[in-house]
Amino acid sequence: MDNQGYCGESFNSLQSGTSDEDMVEIAGATLDFSVTDDVPPLDREYAGGYNTYTGEGMNGTSKLMDFLDEPVPGVGTYEDFNTIDWVREKSKDRDRHREIASKSKESTWALIQSVSDAFSGWLLMLLIGLMAGALAGGIDISAHWMTDLKDGVCLNGFWFNHEHCCWTSNETTFMERDKCPQWKSWAELIIGHSEGAFAYITNYLMYVSWALLFAFLAVSLVRAFAPYACGSGISEIKTILSGFIIRGYLGKWTLIIKTITLVLAVSSGLSLGKEGPLVHVACCCGNILCHLFTKYRKNEAKRREVLSAAAAVGVSVAFGAPIGGVLFSLEEVSYYFPLKTLWRSFFAALVAAFTLRSINPFGNSKLVLFYVEFHSPWHLLELIPFILLGIFGGLWGAFFIRTNIAWCRRRKTTKLGHYPVLEVLVVTAVTAILAFPNDYTRISTSELISELFNDCGLLDSSKLCDYINLNSSKSSNELPDRPANSNVYTAMWQLALALIFKVLITIVTFGMKVPSGLFIPSMAVGAITGRLLGVGMEQLAYYHHDWVIFKGWCTPGADCITPGLYAMVGAAACLGGVTRMTVSLVVIMFELTGGLEYIVPLMAAAMTSKWVADAIGREGIYEAHIRLNGYPFLEAKEEFGHKTLAMDVMRPRRSDPPLTVLTQDHMTVEDVETLISETTYSGFPVVVSHESQRLVGFVLRRDLVISIENARKRQDGIVSTSHIYFTEYMPPQPSTSPAQLKLRSIMDLSPFTVTDHTPMEIVVDIFRKLGLRQCLVTHNGRLLGIITKKDILKHMAQMANRDPDSILFN
Amino acid sequence: VIAMWALLTLHRWIIHSGLKICCMLLSTQSTEAKNSEDIRCKCICPPYKELPGKIYNQNVSQKDCNCLHVVEPMPVPGKDVEAYCLRCECKYEERSSVTIKATIIIYLSILGLLLLYMVYLTLLEPVLKRRLFGHSQLIQSDDEVGDHQPFANAHDVLSRSRSRTNVLNKVEYAQQRWKRQVQEQRKSVFDRHVVLS
Repeated sequence: MDNQGYCGESFNSLQSGTSDEDMVEIAGATLDFSVTDDVPPLDREYAGGYNTYTGEGMNGTSKLMDFLDEPVPGVGTYEDFNTIDWVREKSKDRDRHREIASKSKESTWALIQSVSDAFSGWLLMLLIGLMAGALAGGIDISAHWMTDLKDGVCLNGFWFNHEHCCWTSNETTFMERDKCPQWKSWAELIIGHSEGAFAYITNYLMYVSWALLFAFLAVSLVRAFAPYACGSGISEIKTILSGFIIRGYLGKWTLIIKTITLVLAVSSGLSLGKEGPLVHVACCCGNILCHLFTKYRKNEAKRREVLSAAAAVGVSVAFGAPIGGVLFSLEEVSYYFPLKTLWRSFFAALVAAFTLRSINPFGNSKLVLFYVEFHSPWHLLELIPFILLGIFGGLWGAFFIRTNIAWCRRRKTTKLGHYPVLEVLVVTAVTAILAFPNDYTRISTSELISELFNDCGLLDSSKLCDYINLNSSKSSNELPDRPANSNVYTAMWQLALALIFKVLITIVTFGMKVPSGLFIPSMAVGAITGRLLGVGMEQLAYYHHDWVIFKGWCTPGADCITPGLYAMVGAAACLGGVTRMTVSLVVIMFELTGGLEYIVPLMAAAMTSKWVADAIGREGIYEAHIRLNGYPFLEAKEEFGHKTLAMDVMRPRRSDPPLTVLTQDHMTVEDVETLISETTYSGFPVVVSHESQRLVGFVLRRDLVISIENARKRQDGIVSTSHIYFTEYMPPQPSTSPAQLKLRSIMDLSPFTVTDHTPMEIVVDIFRKLGLRQCLVTHNGRLLGIITKKDILKHMAQMANRDPDSILFN
Repeated sequence: VIAMWALLTLHRWIIHSGLKICCMLLSTQSTEAKNSEDIRCKCICPPYKELPGKIYNQNVSQKDCNCLHVVEPMPVPGKDVEAYCLRCECKYEERSSVTIKATIIIYLSILGLLLLYMVYLTLLEPVLKRRLFGHSQLIQSDDEVGDHQPFANAHDVLSRSRSRTNVLNKVEYAQQRWKRQVQEQRKSVFDRHVVLS
């Protein structure tokens, strides 16, 4: 962090973010004392002190100073790119709650206030569900339309996409389900006919131009208005939920730009999905709506509970899976997940799913594009190919993470990162040029997945379903295994090419400066592999039904192998290999299909892929990106297995100058200001005296700066030689000496301490469980040093032979 | 300046109005009579004997959505109708073209506004500022991190110009602050690659 001097310039250059930080601009603007309408906890002992003062009848000046020492707005807030103090926030909230509960017995109005305070959480969840559901519906409708815009335009009304344009038409045929006279491709509009080489080239050119236009608009908007809107956002949200502050990351401009550019990015044909960005959008909604409620606006810990619920809402609207969304939030995104949040997240996810359903973006009351409904059984022997798919998923996941991180690191460190707009345009051009010729990459990835998940029946006429129908008397649902016709073989090699293309292009696409998600491309890779394997197995079973492995269960005329199921299992395996989700993945997949019969194959594939991927590389994609960016994220799932002690990690080390401390009654304002300007520490312990080094408390740099600023401006007589007291009672001063400044209210009187011989395992555990930011180290009762979260992360990096300087933030 | 004020209030209004419009759409959907164009019964009939497969679309209500009502004219003679209809699958579908139209139009208008604002910010505003205030008072919002008195320039410029109301001062101040935030974000993300790489 830059060492910013504090006189007048400190806050103006702080990133006082969006309206969530109607923050203190001390230089120039007016301080708003009406900001605090609930009793701040640090004022409690103040109120007590005030009473004792009036009780003992001290002189008027000290009374005046107590009165002026109301909590200064700005004390208790955090700087950008810093970690919050979970303990302080939680105790603030408990105090507030106690205050309301005790006041509620006094009058009916207070009782109503306490009831409404309790309900505010539920009301907030309702609003988040509504807003996120509405936005997701809008995103879906717009993305569908814009994707089809690359192909042509509807003459009935330009706002209809291809499917809706031909909705009422009677000219659709069985073989070409989307043909109608109202939908004109660009070739038809420009040159007049739709067949022939010239038409193909025109369509090709228009496709590539539209893709480039959309991508260019997306990256320019991101660059011009909200640079935080790029990427998927889940890694940063994970870090924010663990206590980090990134101002503006969940603000309203980020929300607007992410929504708009997500549609543009998805429509430009790039190999990315919208599920990860939808989580970010939902969390932005959550953050913005928190400002309506004081309880959540003021308290960072409570706000993070709401953000956990909002993350669940995001996945719920992306997949139409409320339970899966809650589990995803629990497993992947949240750091602390109290049980109360579980119920509220579920409520919010249901509200959002219901809102999305009533907007009805897909026209047939489905929630997600690939809602499949087959229920054909599977046989135990099929577990072998499912496990093979799991192994493939794990291998692909590990490969993808390694290559993607290497590519992102190259983008971070070399000249590639200096041309973001150009990079996006080049990648879009390559994607569009290579994707157009292959039918399976030309359509949007969600449509591809839904086609692959679909089980072929008599009613299907796509290339993939071109089987030779032997006897035509069966109904459409239980068709036996049939030999493949030539179209199926064409589809197979086209799919194989599409697989290679997607594997390679997604590596380059994820992490670009446009909103990009990872779920859909991974599922596509898995679905293609699964379908290829499924069709292979099906044909093998048909032509070699006398082999011993097929004999018992796959007689001719039986419907034994369902390629659609293989596609689903493959999709689950690849997604699990990349993100290392376990329970949430299985639940999402079975909510997508609606069939409990397939839990065992899905679980088998997910477990196998996780084991294989974990054997190759320990982290999922989101943790890997967190590490790449150097966020201070203390991984809750890792075990700390080394035998170091607290004194090996604490600062100052042997060779460093001794710990910078403040004394409780010997410092002047000038001393403190010098100390602050000379060092960059974000907090200072307060001791009784330099000789005894007995601990009194801990005070944060930001609070010190704000309080001294405020005192210089508001209190009479505070000059550089004024004494600063952290004690409860200030000694009486002769009237000639300058006024005294009492700063006990900003000091934390109960900092956490460990002894120097505490094993680091316990220290790391304390940090994780309590959410600490720093911890003081004592030796024989005397203050010896300090351990911060950054020190722990650097130590863990060192122990794992990684570069400790990659931890960037505090 | 009026344009800036209008744009600033507009962007705050957009969020609230978006939510209101969506709620409105949800309510109108349930109350208004369904446009007859927005319902249909789609019957897919697979190939049967020599007949090719065919798709039939009609806008009938849900109770009439079956093979006998929708498949007209019936391509098979009377005794085969049952066998033919057994293989057909009929589904009742609904959509709301009003929702689709409203969503697309809202989306395009927001996109258009943002593009106009972006063009204004990158191209027109420096030109206008230079013409109105001259080079010496150009607001140095772009290049300085941690500059000492960022609002001094703004206040300076504002006070020297014609008398303005407090609201416009606040708008100018808010816009400058926002621009600086975006600048900081852009530096972290695009230039120094500190976040979100």
